[in-house]
Amino acid sequence: MNKLIQNEMMKLVAKKRLLVIALIIGVLVILFTYAQYKQVQTQREKLGTSDWRTILQQQIVDTTNRLSSSRISDEWKKQLQISLQQQQYYLDHDINPAEPGAPTFMRIFLENSIDLFIPLMVMVIASDLVSSEHSLGTVKLLLTRPVKRWKVLLSKYITLCLAVSLIIAIAGFLSYAISGVVFGYKGWGAPILTGFNVTDEGLNTSQVKLLSLWKFLLMDFGLVWFVAIVVGTLSFMLSVLIRSTAAGMGVMLAALISGAILNNMISSWESAKYFFMVNLRLTDYMKGTAPPIEGMTLAFSMLVLLVWWLAALCVSFIVFTKKDVY
Amino acid sequence: MEKNITLSVKNLRKVIGRKEIIKGLTFDLREGEVFGFLGPNGAGKTTTIRMLVGLIKPTSGSIHICGYNLEENFQAALKNLGCIVENPELYPFLSGYHNLLHFARMLDGVGDERIKEVTELVGLTERIHDKVKTYSLGMRQRLGIAQALLGNPKVLILDEPTNGLDPAGIREMREFIRFLAEHEGLSVLVSSHLLSEIQLLCDRVAIIAKGTIIRTDTVLRLLSNREKMVWRLEPYETGKQILQALTKIEEKDDGTIWTEYNKEKIPEWNKQLVDSGVSVLEMNRKMPVLEDLFLELTGGETIE
Repeated sequence: MNKLIQNEMMKLVAKKRLLVIALIIGVLVILFTYAQYKQVQTQREKLGTSDWRTILQQQIVDTTNRLSSSRISDEWKKQLQISLQQQQYYLDHDINPAEPGAPTFMRIFLENSIDLFIPLMVMVIASDLVSSEHSLGTVKLLLTRPVKRWKVLLSKYITLCLAVSLIIAIAGFLSYAISGVVFGYKGWGAPILTGFNVTDEGLNTSQVKLLSLWKFLLMDFGLVWFVAIVVGTLSFMLSVLIRSTAAGMGVMLAALISGAILNNMISSWESAKYFFMVNLRLTDYMKGTAPPIEGMTLAFSMLVLLVWWLAALCVSFIVFTKKDVY
Repeated sequence: MEKNITLSVKNLRKVIGRKEIIKGLTFDLREGEVFGFLGPNGAGKTTTIRMLVGLIKPTSGSIHICGYNLEENFQAALKNLGCIVENPELYPFLSGYHNLLHFARMLDGVGDERIKEVTELVGLTERIHDKVKTYSLGMRQRLGIAQALLGNPKVLILDEPTNGLDPAGIREMREFIRFLAEHEGLSVLVSSHLLSEIQLLCDRVAIIAKGTIIRTDTVLRLLSNREKMVWRLEPYETGKQILQALTKIEEKDDGTIWTEYNKEKIPEWNKQLVDSGVSVLEMNRKMPVLEDLFLELTGGETIE
């Protein structure tokens, strides 16, 4: 088995996919860092102070103003109310929700890349892991060795999991290293609140806990990794089912993007919560924003993803070991 | 004494959808022989070969490689098999060496030593560390064979091994395959749609058309009584009459006369022609072409 994984790694490295991904992440992190930096500057100019309390106060005023407008939808109104309550809670407890520094940037970067960017990067690797062997024709050599087919596929899957972990490590490292140049490398110990409960009545703060940012980040990374593995497994299945890499990528891309769109408009279509793509924003539960459909919780989303993951894995292995290769 | 049977196929069938692609093939391969699989495109050669190497599951029938049933004992059976199915498609982004290393890792007990050995055997030592995408087709073919030989197989299956090679490459490949069979004792199964190639390369041939084996025999026996003699005579009419009296003749449009090829009688016929004052401008032994052979064997049924 080890040797098979070595083989897959050798091919992955030779294709230079990981390098390309690292490059993409690097470029994006630079862009985001600059954007963030600009935002902070504008805020400072506008309010004439860099004190976070004043800024937060101003944000609360802004949100309240927006809430009083009659033209916004009910859902949006609810979202705003929740974030208003959160902001108030932070202010009341004298905690800066966005302590400046690389760790905070990392957190924001992770939260925003969990449902599209990281899955996209994972997809780049997962979607051609099997189908490329078909398009190259090397599958005929691969499957005529005295090695059982399920072992061949398992070695590919393990390689995928390793690659996913590596991508997330790269994303973490680059976002810290690059943003730190601008925001400084400190701030691991900054306090952050988690455990907000969004209920029918609004925000429930009874279970709110104070965490150090590094602990919070560790949880975030765990969730991002979990999502990446699930998305990777789904693209992996498509790679087994569809011989063309481009077609497999297209299907997965459509699913991911539809998830991002659905998130904004399905609050009344309740059964949509069983789609995997509306359950990808796991980090939002940590932060405590309103879920796209009422009643969705972290446990529920993880369970849905787990079921999709298991199904994809079963389909991949059954199809791969059974099908005739032409 | 019968030589050891290394590959045994019994009543192999494959049904795809409602269509029966392969309709019950039975044949054996013996140690040290080159066995030809001859048939037109679409006869079922590649499907059969894919079943032999485990890429396609047969609908019914059995395949034994060195005594191991392919379906029940996949690993043991495939340990004794090396193959190239269609073109030798290797990883273009890896070097030749890494390709071999890749496939060696999938075999037990095949190390650097053996990789070096097969590299030398196919004569790729100088270029082995270059990327495969820089190789010529001939080199890829050789690397493909090196890959097939890595595990010291008893049976080698090559699907259209000379496809796309230039005449020098074809000749080289032919010599190499003969060498493997004669000196290393391998059984080699070669498929082709070219009769001339099979003729030069193989000991025995199975002729396959529309999913059935029409005939299995040694090349010698299959072709010997189908060879023709081509005569070009001057004057034409006199010559024709003399030959006509001796044997059955066919007149061709290009002014030649074809008769059967008969080793004992040909000198005699020739003498008679010369004695009667006919000049023999050309005497040529003609091998039958695949199409003719098919027509004869299938009794006039055309190849699709």
